[in-house]
Amino acid sequence: MRAFAILLRRELALAWGRGGGPLLALAFYACVVTLLPLAAGRAPERLAALAPGIAWLALALSALLSLERLFERDFEDGALDLLALGPVPLEAVAVAKCLAHWLAAGAPLALAAPIAAVALGASPSIAPLLSVCALAGGLAFSFLGGLGASLALGSRRGGLLVAVIVLPLYAPPVIFGAGALDSLAGGLPWTGGLLFLLAYSAAAVALSPLAMAAACRNALD
Amino acid sequence: MMRAVRIKGLSLARGERTLFSGLDLDLESGQAAALLGRNGAGKTSLLRAVAGLLRPQAGTIAFEGPDGAPLEAEIARAEGLHLAGHHDGLKTTRTAWEELLFQVQWTGGTEASARAAVERLDLSRLLDLEVRRLSAGQRRRVSLARLLASPRSLWLLDEPMAPLDAAHRAVFGEILAEHLAGGGMLLAAVHDPLPIPARSVEVGA
Repeated sequence: MRAFAILLRRELALAWGRGGGPLLALAFYACVVTLLPLAAGRAPERLAALAPGIAWLALALSALLSLERLFERDFEDGALDLLALGPVPLEAVAVAKCLAHWLAAGAPLALAAPIAAVALGASPSIAPLLSVCALAGGLAFSFLGGLGASLALGSRRGGLLVAVIVLPLYAPPVIFGAGALDSLAGGLPWTGGLLFLLAYSAAAVALSPLAMAAACRNALD
Repeated sequence: MMRAVRIKGLSLARGERTLFSGLDLDLESGQAAALLGRNGAGKTSLLRAVAGLLRPQAGTIAFEGPDGAPLEAEIARAEGLHLAGHHDGLKTTRTAWEELLFQVQWTGGTEASARAAVERLDLSRLLDLEVRRLSAGQRRRVSLARLLASPRSLWLLDEPMAPLDAAHRAVFGEILAEHLAGGGMLLAAVHDPLPIPARSVEVGA
């Protein structure tokens, strides 16, 4: 447990130190959200309808930003050897890395998501649900993203490969989350979508570390 | 506490190419072995195989505790060995002290033992510098600090002294001698002879 905390602290320090971490992700998020009115036209009712959806899309894209380097840096400079020979199994190392990614990028974005949606004209009443969805969805994004990053270890053009592996896996949480928000806005029962989203995130957190550890071992061999 | 490493009939391959086969090596408490061989002979791969990072094509690598009791390989590797090579895992944007302390704590040492290692390796003036500003020899000393600060019995070293200057080679020689005198084991890939008595093992001859 102590070793896990030590690793988590280091991963957080690395995420914050590298180009500002959360600030960079937030800036990227703000840019995407700002581009939308320019691309889709500025009719308020159309923007309001698109707002929750675009908040999700921007979240998924922002989560991709720093994923490529999640394992690649440690693989290239030999730190992954050290992590593999440490006191906790590689599965726990993977959890620490993804958790740090979520804390440094996913959680701040989840807090920014409702602000962006409301700024685009969505009803403020969806803000609490959007925060919860973005927090849970962001957790799934980080863990599935880590899975993609570990599978792309050692390949050239890893960043593109990560996106191609990961984006299809991002589809279910986006569907569930956007569905729940749609239902809430339309006055329909919305708990079903939220529960599916939470279940998907829980499954991602539970299962992907096993795959990440296997992919890392394979890359080291 | 690991007391012996027994390698029997080991074969390693990278891709389709077999590096060496049928390698036997016994290392017991207090012994050192110097791995010799041309570039690409498989010295580094042998070290990584002992560390469990490479899967051998054939053969076994076994670890023994006191009285010859077999140790479970996974635990022996996680708690009983250090692997230090060219890729030191130091993050270039963090300070030497941050990285040194992480490596020491991750491998089971404490802040106090890290401070002692800093004194011994003459690193105190470098601690506030970012790793990218260190020279190759200084970086190597930072990455060797965890050997001193978190005691583990088996040291797997890949060209440990290559970037060190004469004075620090002498200090490092003393450190190796103390490690062996304390019952440790050393397996080192080298081109220059080690500063301590060591058995020579030809790899991939």
